[in-house]
Amino acid sequence: MKSPFRKAIVGVDKRLLVKDALHLLPQVSRRRFLAGGASLGALTLLTGCDVADGETAEKLLAHVSKFNDAVQAAIFNPNALAPTYPASAITRPFPFNAYYALADAPQIEAADWKLEIAGLVENKKPWTLDELTRLPQETQITRHICVEGWSAIGSWTGVRLGDFLKRIGADTRAKYVWFRCAEGYTTSIDMQTALHPQTQMTFGFDGQTLPVAYGFPMKVRIPTRLGFKNPKYVVSLDVTNDYKGGYWEDQGYNDYSGL
Amino acid sequence: MSSLAAGDPHGTTETTGKAVHPVWVRVCHWTNAAAMVVMVMSGWQIYNASPLFNFVFPPGVTLGGWLGGGLLWHFAAMWLLTVNGIVYVILGLATGRFRRKLSPLNASGVVTDARAALTGRLRHDDLSKYNQVQKLMYAGILIVGALVVLSGLSIWKPVQFQYLTALFGGYDTARYVHFFAMSAIVLFTILHTVMALLVPKSLRAMLIGR
Repeated sequence: MKSPFRKAIVGVDKRLLVKDALHLLPQVSRRRFLAGGASLGALTLLTGCDVADGETAEKLLAHVSKFNDAVQAAIFNPNALAPTYPASAITRPFPFNAYYALADAPQIEAADWKLEIAGLVENKKPWTLDELTRLPQETQITRHICVEGWSAIGSWTGVRLGDFLKRIGADTRAKYVWFRCAEGYTTSIDMQTALHPQTQMTFGFDGQTLPVAYGFPMKVRIPTRLGFKNPKYVVSLDVTNDYKGGYWEDQGYNDYSGL
Repeated sequence: MSSLAAGDPHGTTETTGKAVHPVWVRVCHWTNAAAMVVMVMSGWQIYNASPLFNFVFPPGVTLGGWLGGGLLWHFAAMWLLTVNGIVYVILGLATGRFRRKLSPLNASGVVTDARAALTGRLRHDDLSKYNQVQKLMYAGILIVGALVVLSGLSIWKPVQFQYLTALFGGYDTARYVHFFAMSAIVLFTILHTVMALLVPKSLRAMLIGR
C-alpha cells in the first residue's frame, strides 16, 4: 500500500483528526454544514415524491425563494411601467377569482365601511368611501396576471396610492405597506411598489362603481405585481418596517412576485 | 431502424485517442438533463393551475404537490439551468465545438441521411462526427432551448421584458410558445433517449468520454 495519505502525518489517527476539526467549528456552522448536506441529498432524489415534498426540500426551496426575492429586487427596475391597452382590449366578462366562491365574497355596506390607517403614519384618521372618492382619480387599462398563469385586461379607476400615502403623512422610508381585508385576507408590498405611479386605490371598474366581485368598496390595483398582491375588500393599510407576510406569501408564493 | 445518436452499431471502429466528448460537455449534458427534468415536471404542475388545453398532467409526473410548490421548484432549478446553459454556450463557442460538430448542415444532406437512417444503411464510422440528421437535431434543440428560456422570461417578467413579451405576440401567446417549446424538448428527449439506448456506445461516450 503506497497511499500518499497513509503516511501523511505519522502517528495521527485520521478519524480523530476529523472529529477534532469538527469540534473547532462554531456550533452554528456545524449544524448548517450538516443540514446543507442533507438538503443536497434530498435534491438528488427528485423522483421520490415523499422526499421532494418533504420538510428538508421545502426548507431548501424556501431559502432559494428568499434568495430570488433579493435578486429580483436588486436587478429589476422598480419604476418600470406596465403596458397599457385600448378600451377595445378589455376582457369582458372579467373573471372573478378567489379561494372562495363569489357568493361567499364579503358584502360590505359603503356607509359602514372605513379604511383604517395604521403604523408609521402622521394622520391615522380612518377614511370613509366618500372622502376617498373625492380625491383626484385616474383610470388605467392594464393586464391583470394571475399566479396561476391566466391573464385578463381590465379598466380600473382610483387614487394613486403614492399620493394618498404622502397626503396622510406616511413615512415613505418604511419598508412595507401591509393590507388587511374584510374576509381576513392579507398581503404585503414593498414601499417602492406602493409609490409606483400605477399603484392605485381602486374604487371603479370599467366605468362603474367597483363591483363586489372585484373588491367593493376598495381594491389595491398593482399592474406590476401578480394578482394575489392586488388585495380586494381592503379594510386597513399599515405602513411598517416589519415584514408581516400574507395569506399566500405564508403558504409559499414568492414575496417579490413582480412582473 | 438505424441511429441518430453517434455510435458504431457494428462495433468495428476503434475509438482510441481523444475523447469523443470532453469532460465539460459531459458535465453540462447531465447537469442540463437533471435541471430539465425538474423544470419540466414543475412546469407541468404550474400548467395544471390554469391549463391551456383540455387536459392536465397526472399528479404522478408533476413536482411540488401544488402550484406554490411547483413554482418554488421551477424558480430554483432555473438557476441550475441558467448557469449551466451559460457555461455550455460560452465553451461551445470558445472551443469551436458548435461550429465543428454542427456544421456544415444542408437540406439535401439531411434528406439523404434521414433516408439512410430509416432504411438502416447509415454508417457510423466515426463516433465523434455527427451525421446530418444529428446535426439538425442538435442545432435545432439549441434553438428550442433559447426559445423556451426567452418565452419563459417573457411570461415571468412581462413588465420588465415587455418588448420581449410583445415579440412573442403578447403575454397569452407567449404562454403557448413556452408550452410548445417544452413539448419539443420532451419529444426530442424521448427520441434522443431511444437512440442512445439503441446505440449504447453513444451513451457510454457521454458518460465516460469514449
